[in-house]
Amino acid sequence: MKFRLALSCFALSFHSLLASAGPLEAQLATYATAAKAANPAFAGFSAARGEKLHVTNFALGKPDTPACTSCHGNDPRAAGKTLTGKLIEPMALSVSPGRYADPAKVEKWFKRNCNEVLGRECTPLEKGDWLAFVSSR
Amino acid sequence: MKFPTRPLALGLLALGFSALIFSRAQAGGGHYYPPVADPVVKEECGSCHLAFPASMLPASSWKRMMGELDNHFGDNASVDPEVARKITAYLVANAADTGGQRYGAKLQRGVDPASAPQRITALPKWVREHREVPDWEWRHKDVRSKANCTACHADAELGYYED
Repeated sequence: MKFRLALSCFALSFHSLLASAGPLEAQLATYATAAKAANPAFAGFSAARGEKLHVTNFALGKPDTPACTSCHGNDPRAAGKTLTGKLIEPMALSVSPGRYADPAKVEKWFKRNCNEVLGRECTPLEKGDWLAFVSSR
Repeated sequence: MKFPTRPLALGLLALGFSALIFSRAQAGGGHYYPPVADPVVKEECGSCHLAFPASMLPASSWKRMMGELDNHFGDNASVDPEVARKITAYLVANAADTGGQRYGAKLQRGVDPASAPQRITALPKWVREHREVPDWEWRHKDVRSKANCTACHADAELGYYED
């Protein structure tokens, strides 16, 4: 009986451990590994760098979208709008929980949007920084 | 027994009148394009712009568009091949000249399906229907794009494109 109780306690704690390491954390870990491989001096992602990436006017991609904020707006807690008037859910994780729960979807939009704003794909460092930024808001 | 001319005439008049109203209502129904019902198509084709109803273009147009997603009106909107296959199947099955016949046929007037038109906003019927919209309205900050149907057609998401 005692053994079974201990076992179920163990199972429960293990479960909560898994729950805390969700898909977003797993994706960040993948980006961290790649960032470390690209630069051995990599010392973790930075929300501040991510914010800078988010608001910088690159104007390297499509003329309509010089910055992330062109569509997402200046406040990550507010909804954005595409050029054709479609609403975009707020980027801040605090307002849109579950926004980054599908790694394939996150990758898809990094690919599209980085190309439109920067004229190239984003690096794992940039992706991690940006995710750190929106997770902190 | 006398033939009841008057009630009969009145009845016929009423019938004719309701037929007229009904046909007008049907004409109004010509502005109804069933919204995309497939969740995958809605998600993949409806993130950047309204998921345009399949019945707004002929099947040939959708096939061509789905084959050129790497340059989708200037954007790279590629999706993975399996998703693309599903989307194409849905669009083709519900296109103006297939499943969506009843609704999309009018919009295709003067269009040769073999030419596989890509821009809904370049269809002759579309142009005619919007000829009275002045230039400043298109440039208005809440409109900006002719693909922004909902700016003026409040119920576009539901399939209604009334004036």
